[in-house]
Amino acid sequence: MPMAASDIERLIKDAMPDAEVRIDDLRGDGDHYLANVVSSAFVGKSRVQQHQMVYEALQGRMGGELHALALQTSAPEAG
Amino acid sequence: MSDTVNERIKTDIDQNEVMLFMKGTPVFPQCGFSAAVVQILNHVGVKFGSADVLVDPEIRDGIKAYTNWPTVPQLYVKGEFVGGCDIIREMFEAGELEQMLDEKGIAREAA
Repeated sequence: MPMAASDIERLIKDAMPDAEVRIDDLRGDGDHYLANVVSSAFVGKSRVQQHQMVYEALQGRMGGELHALALQTSAPEAG
Repeated sequence: MSDTVNERIKTDIDQNEVMLFMKGTPVFPQCGFSAAVVQILNHVGVKFGSADVLVDPEIRDGIKAYTNWPTVPQLYVKGEFVGGCDIIREMFEAGELEQMLDEKGIAREAA
């Protein structure tokens, strides 16, 4: 069952209020997304930890109703 | 998750310096993300063990709990979880994957 991009964005922002989230619907099918997430919460975290934080925010939907979500995460550029 | 599944996963990871849990096999991947990781590993010239989670639902669920990571593929090097498809691809593009493999003393053959 596909998920709307706006729902993905909302869940991430609920967990990381300062996050800048950009979601691309890669195939226009509402099922294959790329999420680019920038948040100060990622400072000092490894890539694995950053992705785990996003998965956590999605509350188990990843791998379930959300089939394909490519992730790019980063901390805000300093300055 | 039963202890046996955990044990099997641990044995796989312990016995293969580079271990990939994937959908399908390296020769016939059944998912684009798994295929991408296989391609990268072949390109950097490492030998790797693999497990096909599609033929084993216990491992498929078990591996997600094992590392608290909801998706497959998952790559482990010397017992340590390195990442899924996005992270492997990012590391490869930045040259960090080869660097990490070399630092961990994993043999590589020129592709």
